[in-house]
Amino acid sequence: MDFNGSDTLPGPRTEDHLPHTTQAAVKIVIVGGFGVGKTTMVGSVSEIRPLTTEETMTQAGIGVDDNYGSDTKTATTVAMDFGRIGITDRLVLYLFGTPGQERFWFLWNGLFEGALGAVVLVDTRRLEVSFDVMDRLEERGVPFVIAVNSFPDAPRYAVEELRTALDLAPEIPIIECDVRRRASSKDVLLTLMRFLHSIALSGARA
Amino acid sequence: MTPPRRKRRRPQPPPPPLPTPPAPEPPDGQAEPKNPERLYAFAEAEDGARAELDLVTLIVARSAPQPGASPEHTAVLRLCVAPLSVAELSAYLNLPFSAMTVLITELITAELVQARAPIVRQALPDRSLLEAVMHGLQRL
Repeated sequence: MDFNGSDTLPGPRTEDHLPHTTQAAVKIVIVGGFGVGKTTMVGSVSEIRPLTTEETMTQAGIGVDDNYGSDTKTATTVAMDFGRIGITDRLVLYLFGTPGQERFWFLWNGLFEGALGAVVLVDTRRLEVSFDVMDRLEERGVPFVIAVNSFPDAPRYAVEELRTALDLAPEIPIIECDVRRRASSKDVLLTLMRFLHSIALSGARA
Repeated sequence: MTPPRRKRRRPQPPPPPLPTPPAPEPPDGQAEPKNPERLYAFAEAEDGARAELDLVTLIVARSAPQPGASPEHTAVLRLCVAPLSVAELSAYLNLPFSAMTVLITELITAELVQARAPIVRQALPDRSLLEAVMHGLQRL
């Protein structure tokens, strides 16, 4: 890594600087299987060019040439795309698109723990890849909504049919979307926010 | 056509292993692949400050880089003239998240940067916060 080329130091464009008054950030996690459209969704609503944070991890080498002795650990890189939306001059929202495998989640401290909530992005051609993610979110108490990314050749199910298949409580929103469109991705996020708001209201009444 | 049905994991005992795509087995014969380890976990034991850094903790420089500062420190201080999240720093500097937190912890300890903690989910969510986010999204 070369940090000395300071003239070419990568960084945000001046117009992408957050106001100095920004006091805090909140985050929403978009979770789903490979190729379901997480990165597309992040890109369609983000106000900055989507960025990638990586984590390098080691894992016991598998099928690795063992010429170097018993230590067969290999380094693997896991990447996560994210974007940003300015909310007020004091608050900023970050969106993270994360792989569905829980074993990667711990790599980023508090990825889900502190999140306001999550969007589970599903592809009806491969509904079953999202089952495990929903279990994990329920166990962690992370509120979530289901967003069905409408691929042209994917089977269409009625919402209630999906609800039964996904074994979801009646209050959990299920929304169809086309994550390539900003308006549609924005609708998904607003659906999540309204759901979180309804939880807050019922919590306050309880 | 009927969609496949989810079977909840929790109420039932774990299902018997299904003939799923063959998971690579570690050579020591463990049934489950162990969680991978972070490659850059070295500063964790120091003072625990690292653990407080979230992906969206905002970092702001308290001063301009001093001559003689390390190139890494200088790079962070230059980027943080305006608030910037740890995730963004990691992306722009092309450093793994955990390595980034180590670097920022050093800068916090040296009082060269300030960290603004994120607002995290509460058992009873803050309605005015949720409303602010909603309004912000509507303007998008």
